[in-house]
Amino acid sequence: MTLNEALPLAVLASSLAPGLIIFALPESRIRLRTALNLFGALAKLVLVGVLLAGVAAGEDYGFRHAVLPGLELVFKADALALLFVTLSALLWLFTTLYAIGYLEGSPHRSRFFGFFSLCVTATMGIAMAGNLFTFFVFYELLTLATFPLVVHRGTPQAMRGGTVYLAYTLGGGALLLTGIVWLHGLAGSADFAHGGYLSALGPDYDGQLQLVFLLLIAGLGVKAALVPLHGWLPRAMVAPAPVSALLHAVAVVKAGAFGVVRIVYEVYGVEFAQSLDLLTPLAVAAAVTIVWGSIRALFQDDLKKRLAFSTVSQVSYIVLGVALFGPLGTIGALVHLVHQGVMKITLFFCAGNYAETLGVHKVSEMDGAGRRMPWTSAAFTVAAFGMIGVPPLAGFVSKWYLGLGALEAGMPWVLAVLAASSLLNAAYFLPILHRLWFRSRDGAWPEEHIPARGGLETSPLLLAPPLVTAAAALAFGLLASSCASPLDWARLIADREYLSWSP
Amino acid sequence: MTDPVAWLILLPLVWATGAFVLGPGRGARLAIGALLVQCALALQLAVEVLAYGGRTHPVGGWGAPLGIDLAADGLSAVMLLLAQALALPLAVYARAYFAENAPTVRYFWPLAGFLLAGINALFLAADLFNLYVTLELVGLAAVGLVAAGGTARQVAAALRYLFAALAGSLLYLLGVALIYGAYGTVSLETLAPLVDARAPAAVWIAGGLMLAGLMLKTAIFPFHYWLPPAHGGAPAPVSALLSALVVKASFYLILRLSLDVFAPLAAAAATVLGLLGAAAIVWGSWQALRTDHIKMLVAWSTVAQLGYLFLVFPLLAPDGLALQAGGMQAIAHGLAKAAMFAAAGVLMLATGRDTLVGLAGVAGRVPLTLFAFGLAGVTLMGLPPSGGFLAKWLLIEAALTHGQWGWVAVVIGGGLLAAAYVFRVLRQAFLLAPADSRFHPVPRSMEWTAFVLAAASVLLGLRGVELMALLARGAA
Repeated sequence: MTLNEALPLAVLASSLAPGLIIFALPESRIRLRTALNLFGALAKLVLVGVLLAGVAAGEDYGFRHAVLPGLELVFKADALALLFVTLSALLWLFTTLYAIGYLEGSPHRSRFFGFFSLCVTATMGIAMAGNLFTFFVFYELLTLATFPLVVHRGTPQAMRGGTVYLAYTLGGGALLLTGIVWLHGLAGSADFAHGGYLSALGPDYDGQLQLVFLLLIAGLGVKAALVPLHGWLPRAMVAPAPVSALLHAVAVVKAGAFGVVRIVYEVYGVEFAQSLDLLTPLAVAAAVTIVWGSIRALFQDDLKKRLAFSTVSQVSYIVLGVALFGPLGTIGALVHLVHQGVMKITLFFCAGNYAETLGVHKVSEMDGAGRRMPWTSAAFTVAAFGMIGVPPLAGFVSKWYLGLGALEAGMPWVLAVLAASSLLNAAYFLPILHRLWFRSRDGAWPEEHIPARGGLETSPLLLAPPLVTAAAALAFGLLASSCASPLDWARLIADREYLSWSP
Repeated sequence: MTDPVAWLILLPLVWATGAFVLGPGRGARLAIGALLVQCALALQLAVEVLAYGGRTHPVGGWGAPLGIDLAADGLSAVMLLLAQALALPLAVYARAYFAENAPTVRYFWPLAGFLLAGINALFLAADLFNLYVTLELVGLAAVGLVAAGGTARQVAAALRYLFAALAGSLLYLLGVALIYGAYGTVSLETLAPLVDARAPAAVWIAGGLMLAGLMLKTAIFPFHYWLPPAHGGAPAPVSALLSALVVKASFYLILRLSLDVFAPLAAAAATVLGLLGAAAIVWGSWQALRTDHIKMLVAWSTVAQLGYLFLVFPLLAPDGLALQAGGMQAIAHGLAKAAMFAAAGVLMLATGRDTLVGLAGVAGRVPLTLFAFGLAGVTLMGLPPSGGFLAKWLLIEAALTHGQWGWVAVVIGGGLLAAAYVFRVLRQAFLLAPADSRFHPVPRSMEWTAFVLAAASVLLGLRGVELMALLARGAA
């Protein structure tokens, strides 16, 4: 096995191995567990750094392993894979730190961190999957590994949320599997390729391919929370805050959106998908989701539920960008994959901080929280402005490219959707900010767990991660045009993706 | 002397007798030691078949028609490997289990030995009459194992089972007699070229009788009525052996006969078998969703999972996809179901109760066992990466290449139903334990054997190339 084959496997192993060891650890070995977690997260970052440098220089990283005759597990760390891998690896580190602080003193932590590591492993597998079979293997693994996290608290409410989650995701998985096996029968065991591999089949298969596309998108749409398949996401809110961060920013919804990217660009090929009339319906579905999610978010008083509906809306920006025919839309979609992750994880960290520190779960209870927790609220504010799309934050860059992409693709109605969505974003975020900063508190907090001490508003492990991710949301916007920014990397991918078929 | 074919049948007979004489304590050690050798023999046979193709072994040097022939090809090598690979961990498990439940142990080891000898002989038998003998041996030993517990419920279940097993063998024997009357031979090899679609009515009737008898023994819907009480009521290691292995033996026979001797006639029954399989999946899963007892849930799950095996028949075609799917499903289900019954036994021992409700909070006490149950569940649901997933993938692919959409829906729907009943158990793990619950300690060896079996069923999903190659090996 050469080094270029071993590296993708090492990326997987850097979270799988610590996870398996953690399962076996007794509950009381806190230090060892923490050390393993951090070691895994840091080792993964180093490996990802090596891969990034290599891919930028044009190296190929891949590994193949035959499972059955004609069926292979294929890993491929290309530029697109690394976009997702880097995002997840970075956010994993911060979520782990946050979770260590968040779960301090609570039971079943070995189980929690074990499954947590499995989740990240599954996400890495999804990102680096080199064909649909591999993608599906890790896609389902992700479902299985997240279920114990969603029901972690063991309350009846958590069990209900978890059951709904399973019903949706396993159902979606079944549709996806049908579509994937169908394609396997039609086109054999083909790897993801720039420009897709299905256009060679010939016009006789157009009808079947359209049907398969519907199956695949429906299967992926469950995790990507496309309306009307989004019902599980707000209900999964019963999970602990680090798990919500994982579901919304690092792993689950991203896995769905990332799958859509791979299917459109590297299975069908964007040009072929356009010629089959598949992109416009996809754009419409995404637009509906964007508007509907925002409207529902307006009416939620529970903070995490409002954020959940906001995710429904924001993740579909990625799908929308994919459906816009042209490189600018692609850039918008890919860069939003990263930007949404950074901003949404900040918001969930902050929501967790309010709940853990003050017992505040509802928007209507947040009056004056800005004065009590200024740093958390500052991070929240930056992320919320980013979501609305205020320049120079990260969200603005995404929306800018999506708008340009819409014009390039000749779909000006998308601009109206973007504008409406930005207005709605403002309508559900600004009232929160108003309450945070401009209303004053009368009376005690609902349940103050962590008193303010020595200038620190809450425990340092809870405070640091949202500050860092909020700073990243700011930096990704401000420094978007510098090299090694997410935007720069998205451009690199778009270049490679479109080179292969542009005349 | 070192031909594994003969020793695979002789060795279990030897340790069965030995265990009867030595008593349970030393008998168990003897059995485990001998099973280690059997595993090596089965592996040796598999490697040889993979390298040189199938072969025939005339017992004592007397070939057919005077003596008895034993034949090993890819399919039988795979099944033999599965049988030994299941029996060894289950023997380790049983040794610890019966140390806790002393009264039933007296007859376990001898009966288990005879059962295994019968099963190995069945996978190797080369004529219809020897198949009958082995079938009878397997059936009687299995009934004995179910009854060995001695409680009223177990004896009642065993009697039901005995009736089904005897009726099944009788139907089969009737068929064999008719075949002998028509062709004057019972050797599979000699019969194969003689039977074709223009065969006389007696042969068709014979085929039907044999099929009916074997279906009764395999407990395919609607002949499943005897299975849940027998498998759900027996001691855990016995349930594991029966569900994982014994029902597969008669399925193997249906598959083997419809692949060669009765191939010209099999097409007529294929769709019916497939439909019964689909009905079994739905009905078995539905019952598993309704029952309150852990082991009954697992037993009903066997009824459902056997259905997948019968979906193979309408899809059997020269491309071999369906045969691969059947082989993979038989192995994956065997490993997973053995693990699941073993885990269920541990859970019942730990909680002292046999209901699902009693499991609340058990995760904190026997996490490894629950993990094993979950892994086995992954295989049964057909989720990746597991042997069950590969089996399902192959089945769906076979159905799609034949354009038979209905079977795809059955496979997919069955997987979702399986998820529903498996998570009925798993979700209990995350509930908080009631304050008054008490847990008994469980031997580590029982936890670990369940885990090893479950892990094997999942790891199978990462490498199936050699197994598929072996399965494709016909007689040389």
